[in-house]
Amino acid sequence: MLDVLSVCRNFGGLPALSDVSFSLQRGRVTALIGPNGAGKTTMINCITGVDIPDAGRVDFAGEDITGLPAYQVARLGISRTFQNLKLFPRLSVIDNVLCGLTVQGGQSMLGALLRPPRVRNRERRLRLLAMAALDRFGLTELADWPVDVLAYGDRKRVELARAVVSEPRLILLDEPVAGLNHEETSTVAKEIRALRAQGYTLLLVEHDMDLVMRVSDHVVVLDGGRCIAGGTPDEVRRNPLVLEAYLGRTGAMA
Amino acid sequence: MDIHDRILYFLDLHRNGLTVLALSLLLAVYPLAYGNPYILGLTNLIGIYTIVVLGLNLFIGYAGQISLGHAAFFALGAYGSAVLTVKWGVWPWPAIALVALATAMIALLVGIPALRLHGHYLAMATLGFNIVIYTVLVQWDELTGGPSGFAGIPALSFGAWQFDSDLKLHYLVWSAALICLMLGLNLVRSGVGRGLAALAGDEVAARSLGVDTRRAKVKVFVLSAVLASLAGSLYAHTFGFVSPDTFGIFASVDFVTMVVVGGLGSVWGSLFGAALLTWLPEFIDVFESYKDIIHGLILVLVLLFLPKGLVTGLIDLSRVRLARWRQRRA
Repeated sequence: MLDVLSVCRNFGGLPALSDVSFSLQRGRVTALIGPNGAGKTTMINCITGVDIPDAGRVDFAGEDITGLPAYQVARLGISRTFQNLKLFPRLSVIDNVLCGLTVQGGQSMLGALLRPPRVRNRERRLRLLAMAALDRFGLTELADWPVDVLAYGDRKRVELARAVVSEPRLILLDEPVAGLNHEETSTVAKEIRALRAQGYTLLLVEHDMDLVMRVSDHVVVLDGGRCIAGGTPDEVRRNPLVLEAYLGRTGAMA
Repeated sequence: MDIHDRILYFLDLHRNGLTVLALSLLLAVYPLAYGNPYILGLTNLIGIYTIVVLGLNLFIGYAGQISLGHAAFFALGAYGSAVLTVKWGVWPWPAIALVALATAMIALLVGIPALRLHGHYLAMATLGFNIVIYTVLVQWDELTGGPSGFAGIPALSFGAWQFDSDLKLHYLVWSAALICLMLGLNLVRSGVGRGLAALAGDEVAARSLGVDTRRAKVKVFVLSAVLASLAGSLYAHTFGFVSPDTFGIFASVDFVTMVVVGGLGSVWGSLFGAALLTWLPEFIDVFESYKDIIHGLILVLVLLFLPKGLVTGLIDLSRVRLARWRQRRA
């Protein structure tokens, strides 16, 4: 589905990613984990076209997408959420979710100005899709609220709805449970499993080990910009390199 | 739900359509009762400014950019129509379209490099463009009439029927303004409009949702330039005379003030901002000599206390008050 092949990225001579390779399987949940500064966010940025790798390539569904601008990557069917939430504060909840449908293109300035029946029907259809996505995440009641008055957990769900509404081929979740309490975290876990059950492919970047172990099929571990391990959650949990990366090199706790 | 709720729901659902309807009725009827040519001249100017401010509001309020040069596009429309009809004998209507097209091209040429800039830099670039156009208007006197202006621009007409009185012009100008407002309302409710709002909110997020932000910015810049050009052409044919003073950088600043006072990102606010800042100086004499200072003061006060603009800000404020009042009553 997605193949990352020997990707390198340096920032001013400091390697943020060196020779990282891994693959995502269609219909599976893959988790990308690692300590702070391991290069997880850089990796996501290189996949989504926000950043360009210095070397290596990224293939999506057999197509080389390395260096494509972010909006084109999005239109190929890769959607994402952001670590620190990037919602549009001036728009209502439903309009934020509708923004997730921009990837479908087909919007001309002239059509938007004149709003012929074709455009009007399209808008109606998009609105139904957005309402369905809101319903799925239990946000129907909040549809017309401005997003900046919502609770943090609700805003996270709005962003998730926005990422899912276009039925993308791949969803990247950048720390979906950061800042959420225990209860909200299990809701997100349930939602991730539901998405997987529907056949979605997900890449999960997360610090919460408990969540990673509960929902992932495959785990990739980054440390210091290198890929140090990969395998099922159980394999990774037992891998001494991973324990060392997370718990330090003294070995006292391992 | 009871009848009270139903009425409220209906009003809310059709608020734009109903506002357009009410405004059209008001504009159609009031000059018949109150046809003072001086007032009509003033409201015609408001109608024309509304079109400029609407375009600028799409660019500043919706797309989150800044332009301190829109008086230049207004000037291109006005002088374009003047030169084409008087010097080259082109019919007024096709001249308006030609000038709008040429302005779009110029906006494209200016916009592609300038819109790579952000914030203050973009403001400076557009300001520079305005200064260039203003200087050309003043210096190229065999074409533009120089500092003393360009007179004798013909009125618009359908055959022998001319838009030659303030009353006739009232209907022309306000039809144009209302059509533009409706187009603006359509735009902001569409995918393109949401793309612009996304771009204003966060460019990285907008790109990650498939918005080609660079193109979207250029497109809305060109659209706002075309609206300014159309308004400029209307201005030239309405008043029959244009001079560079109307199109200097302070005019651009006034347009931005109208956008901010009316409400960033509010289509109706454009009308309100244009009306308020055009009308106020007529009522208060001090305005005449200290106009720029007072406009600056209004801008600062609005930004400090109602950063969403007067209309949007006051609506939000009254919503909060209403909600509190309902809470107390319940």
